Amino acid sequence: MVDVYRLYERMQDNNIMLSFKGEVSFDLVKSVLDILEGRLEKIEDNPKVKKKVFNILVECLQNLGHHVETSGPAVDRDSHDNTALLMIWTEQGDYRVATGNYIKNENVEKLKAHIDKINSFESRQELRAFYQSILGNQQFSEKGGGGLGFIDIARKSGQKLDYNFKPVDEQYSFFSFQITIPKGA
Amino acid sequence: MKLLSLEGSNITPEIKFDGDMGKLSLKGRSIPENALEFYQPIFEWLDEYLNSPQQKTIVHVQFDYFNTSSSKCILDVLKRIDRIDEAGHDVLIKWYYDENDEDMMEAGEDYSALLEAPFELLEIE
Repeated sequence: MVDVYRLYERMQDNNIMLSFKGEVSFDLVKSVLDILEGRLEKIEDNPKVKKKVFNILVECLQNLGHHVETSGPAVDRDSHDNTALLMIWTEQGDYRVATGNYIKNENVEKLKAHIDKINSFESRQELRAFYQSILGNQQFSEKGGGGLGFIDIARKSGQKLDYNFKPVDEQYSFFSFQITIPKGA
Repeated sequence: MKLLSLEGSNITPEIKFDGDMGKLSLKGRSIPENALEFYQPIFEWLDEYLNSPQQKTIVHVQFDYFNTSSSKCILDVLKRIDRIDEAGHDVLIKWYYDENDEDMMEAGEDYSALLEAPFELLEIE
């Protein structure tokens, strides 16, 4: 039998607030937000940080949900198209959110270029101007948010976006993403 | 004109648009899965209001949270207010944010930069 107690202790020691792997549906997103909002209410005194963490979670979940939506239903049982991983934990008062999901190889370059561009901005003002230019641009897709999600995460956290693409097979790569929301942000 | 009134929820804002009074308000959180679907009836109501707006229209915007999918829709709501302004009627957009919520204050500033209509930022305690 799996040593459940050890697993539990390990999660406890790592201050994991929530960990999920599976299909991301909108109902799940709502539940996760409800749970975390309740948790934040208990453990975070700073209303500013509370809002930032919640906001960033909304965007991270939206990114995951959006991915699932665009990649369509799984063709076969082994398809790893529509499952994702989400983990939220605290480290010395900082909040950390990590997500992981499969992404079609053909979409890797575009996403990588977008995140690299966000990370290239040296100041908050530049990042803000980039956000405004996309928001004000009529072209941007109403559905996907036009990549505003990652810009918003960078703005609200004040941190660089940490990511990695790991090629899995001919069709897919695994996209790992991590953001830190510093305590007292 | 018919009152547009939508109760707020955990994921959608409370909407109260009173065309006869020229008083429109959006309040709460806007994090729906499909923002466009939620905002569509609001756009339609505004498009009708644009035909014969009141001499003075005041828009109260007080969000706790909104997601980036909603951000474009919110801009599209405010752009319609801009058109009332352009047509020569009085309008005022009042953007409220919680004390210490700099992100929401900045969001208001971002919108204000993209609009012509008079825009007030108001901190609430």
